[in-house]
Amino acid sequence: MDQKFKKIALENSDSIVNMWINEIDSLKNGNYISNVSDELFESTNREFVNVIFKSIKDQGSTKHLEDFSEKLINLGWPLSYITDGLQVFRRVTVDFILSQSEQVDSNYIAQVLKSVDAWTEPIIRQLVNEYSGSWEHIVSLQRVALQELSAPLIPVMDNITVMPLIGTIDTERAKLIMENLLEGVMKHNSEVVLMDITGVPVVDTMVAHHIIQAAEAVRLIGSTCILVGIRPEIAQTIVNLGIDLGKFPTKSSLKKGFTTALEITNRKVVDMNTENQKIEDMIESIGKE
Amino acid sequence: MDLQSFVTIQKEWDIVAARQLGRDIARKIGFGTVDQARIATAISELARNIYLYTDTGKICFEVIDNIDHKGMSIISVDSGPGIKDISQVMEDGYSTSGGLGAGLPGVKRLVDEFDIRSEDDKGTEIRAIKWVR
Repeated sequence: MDQKFKKIALENSDSIVNMWINEIDSLKNGNYISNVSDELFESTNREFVNVIFKSIKDQGSTKHLEDFSEKLINLGWPLSYITDGLQVFRRVTVDFILSQSEQVDSNYIAQVLKSVDAWTEPIIRQLVNEYSGSWEHIVSLQRVALQELSAPLIPVMDNITVMPLIGTIDTERAKLIMENLLEGVMKHNSEVVLMDITGVPVVDTMVAHHIIQAAEAVRLIGSTCILVGIRPEIAQTIVNLGIDLGKFPTKSSLKKGFTTALEITNRKVVDMNTENQKIEDMIESIGKE
Repeated sequence: MDLQSFVTIQKEWDIVAARQLGRDIARKIGFGTVDQARIATAISELARNIYLYTDTGKICFEVIDNIDHKGMSIISVDSGPGIKDISQVMEDGYSTSGGLGAGLPGVKRLVDEFDIRSEDDKGTEIRAIKWVR
């Protein structure tokens, strides 16, 4: 039975293709790919339907399916194009086979449906897998990229290091912050670490808890952790929550924190111009004498 | 009172979604930046409690628009194990998860009205209201 249906479908592939293309054309208007040029849409449709027929003809070969889905993914076509297309193909083919048969009863219809389903299902599965595989790949790449951004440590000067934090801190990131902080303090031999939370949108008890733990750990290995970038609204919420950040110094801005860090390491910023002026004045006064 | 919207809390990142939605609503109602930060923090605490202690729950937002004052209520509903001793969890420094234990008492201080109801093995409902000043 299945072979017979297949024969009907393959022999009349031209008329099925035409019916299919008509249906797909009507789908184009109004939804997803209305900004695609007509030529590209038509050539893609041709290719799609050829791929479908090819895979019906020689079941098992998936090479051309892979090529086709790769092309669609690269062009950024929506997955719904494929599912809609195959849905339409199934409907059109069932209609066509039924119209070609003399005696039609429910049993016959069931068999037609079953074999057409068996043809299209592997294609859907394969294409959807290819699509979701590519999405998963992108997501995993982005996760890695995000992780690289999540806890940077910048040695700005001998013994002074800055860790700027931007964005939401979750449990995983908090762990990373702690690890990078301690590792960096050891590596750069820093006396002072400035943790900048200007870019952290919300400081709740969990975030505060992690910050306190990190600062405490830094203290244990003999360095000082200064929390900087506390915005006024964050300061108020921290007070409302009743969180005690009194165990380590805090500053409103990175600039003030840096000045404090210089003081701790017995240094200060000197303006060269005024310094030169002083020396010149001194020389001048010596010359007068 | 109309029910505005809710966020289901299951993953840690749902907490972020909840507080972003809450902050958006707060901004639209006309809260200042400090109150927006308070609301976002309160939502963060409530959502984190759902994430930490129950399988699933949701954070609902309601806009209250009376003649004399406007406000926003944040309702946290879950069907978790419930809280056995409410007075204990409302004490500062009590935590079963090794945290700071400032979550619920902190939320109470962040908002204007705070109501907590809990039943053993049935779940907890917390209702917090913040008024626009």
